[in-house]
Order: sequence, then C-alpha cells, then structure tokens
Amino acid sequence: MTLNIKFDYHTICKTILKEQLDKLGVAYTIHSLGEIKFSDNLSADHKNELRKALEKYGIEILDNPQNVLVQRIKDAITTLVNDSDKAGKYNISTYLSETLNYSYAHLSSVFSEVTHSSIENFIILKKIDVVKHLIMDKNLTLTEIAHRLNYSSVAHLSAQFKKTTGLTPSSFQRIIKKRKEKGITP
Amino acid sequence: MNIVLADDDADDRMLFEEAINEIEIKTELSLFPDGKQLMDYLGHPSTKLPEIIFLDLNMPVKNGMQCLQEIRQHKALSHLCVAIYSTSSSEQDIEETFINGANIYINKPNSFGALKKAVDKVLRLNWQYHTSALNRDNFLLRL
Repeated sequence: MTLNIKFDYHTICKTILKEQLDKLGVAYTIHSLGEIKFSDNLSADHKNELRKALEKYGIEILDNPQNVLVQRIKDAITTLVNDSDKAGKYNISTYLSETLNYSYAHLSSVFSEVTHSSIENFIILKKIDVVKHLIMDKNLTLTEIAHRLNYSSVAHLSAQFKKTTGLTPSSFQRIIKKRKEKGITP
Repeated sequence: MNIVLADDDADDRMLFEEAINEIEIKTELSLFPDGKQLMDYLGHPSTKLPEIIFLDLNMPVKNGMQCLQEIRQHKALSHLCVAIYSTSSSEQDIEETFINGANIYINKPNSFGALKKAVDKVLRLNWQYHTSALNRDNFLLRL
C-alpha cells in the first residue's frame, strides 16, 4: 500500500524550532524562520544545547550575521571597483545602500566593528590592489590606469598609491619584477 | 591573532610587547632573541603558525635576512606574512628585503606612540589581506 503525503516546510520548521526552544525554558519569539529573538541574553550553555538539538534537523545557528553582511559589502565593492562604467556613475555610499538595502550609516558601523577598518579604507585598498594588478599583469601606463579607475589625475593615483603602500608605483613595479626573476613568491 | 618577534635588543622587545598590548586588536605574542630560536620554533610541528612574523635585521647567530630567505624557501612557511622591523633606513636594505620576499618594512619608530600606530596599522592591514580577496603576492607596505 502507498500513502501520498504533502509537506508544508514552513510549519515543519516552525514546529521543530518551537519544540526545541520550549525545552530551554527561556522567553523567545520567532520573527521569521531566519531570526529568533530572545528577551534576555542566551547563556553559552543554553546556546550549545540549542545548537546540538537543532543540528540533527540540519538547522545551523549562524554565530555572527554581521560577518555575512561584511562579506556582502566587500563583494559589492569588488564588483564596483572592477566595473569602471558603473563606478563612474555611482556614488559608492548610494550604491552600497541600494544594493544591500541598509542605510550607509548602518553598513559603515557594522563594517568597522567586524574588520577594524572603515569601508572607505577598504575601497582604497581594493582599488590599489587592482592598480597593482594592472601595472604588473597588463602593463598599462599610469595614465591609462588612472582613467580606468576614475582617478581625477595621475598625480592623485600616485599619491594614493604611495600613501597606501609606502612605495611609489615604479619602485613597486621594480621590486615585483626582480622578485619574479629570482623566483620568490611569498 | 598570533604574532612573533625576533629581536636581539631586550629593550626593543619590551617596547614592542607593550605597544602590542595597548592596541585594540587582541594578539598572542611570542618573543625570540635571535633568528635561530625563531626558526627552531617555526619548524616545530606543534607550533601554531603566526599570522605575522616581525624580524629585526641585525641579530647574532642568525640574522633577519637569513630567516626571511629560509622562510620563503620553506614549503610550510613560505605563505606567512613577514614584516622587517629594523633601524636601517638605507634604500638598498629596504629594497633588498622586499625583493627577498618581505611584505612589510617598518623603520623602528623613535617614539612609543609612533610604534603603537605602526603596529596597529600593520595588524589591521594584514587582517584585511587575510579575510578579503586581495592579492597577497603583491602585498608590500613600507612604514
């Protein structure tokens, strides 16, 4: 004999969560399936207990949702820096808040808290990383690179390079070239 | 974050330790008075490898440049971030260490405040390289 059944995943998940959370004996509300709010802080023991209990249902506690957001910010910046047409059109804070649906102030404070560094700093770092790549692997001139990455002038590009790395673009180029000749790759 | 410093000058080691303890990023620091003791430590199988190695250039027994070259030739160590921490400000020394695979060159600052700032900057930047898709082969910094 065969029995046909139909599932409602939402009800199943919610029921499992409820059962397990009730066992803990602490006050909670399930906001959405991705987020549970506790009125008091959850003790480490309770959290471990819950983690174990949920594990066998394939439900995982994400320890730091902030890390998830920081990764999304970095990905968005990488995309923008590599797309010169887009980068020219958008203001970076508008771009980030529109892409990620959070205010720039919120993104900025989460980013600083997790990475010990600011979004602005990361953008410069990312841009200089692209500059290094273009100098070394594409053999572009600084004029071409400045244009491609929307720097107002070559002087601005060189100054930012020097400030970020402590080296001029040409000494950087010389060092990496000699390193390659010696076969040293850190 | 795990870091190590090899420096034969006891005062410099102490100042460095104080600076590290005062900055925001939490670190475990191990100190060595010469290059040989550092390399023995790094080569030991039970060692938890550091995120950054700070190396003085002029040390007895084994100097910083020898350590750097050994690290870059060693399969298990070659990916580590190496910061040269030296009093020498000769352009030739600096370029030589970069060519031999140093990532960072720090001129030993002459004030405690400047030292703290330099170490802080290095740790933050290294953290970015550690956690982001930045090209580590091209990571050069001179302070």
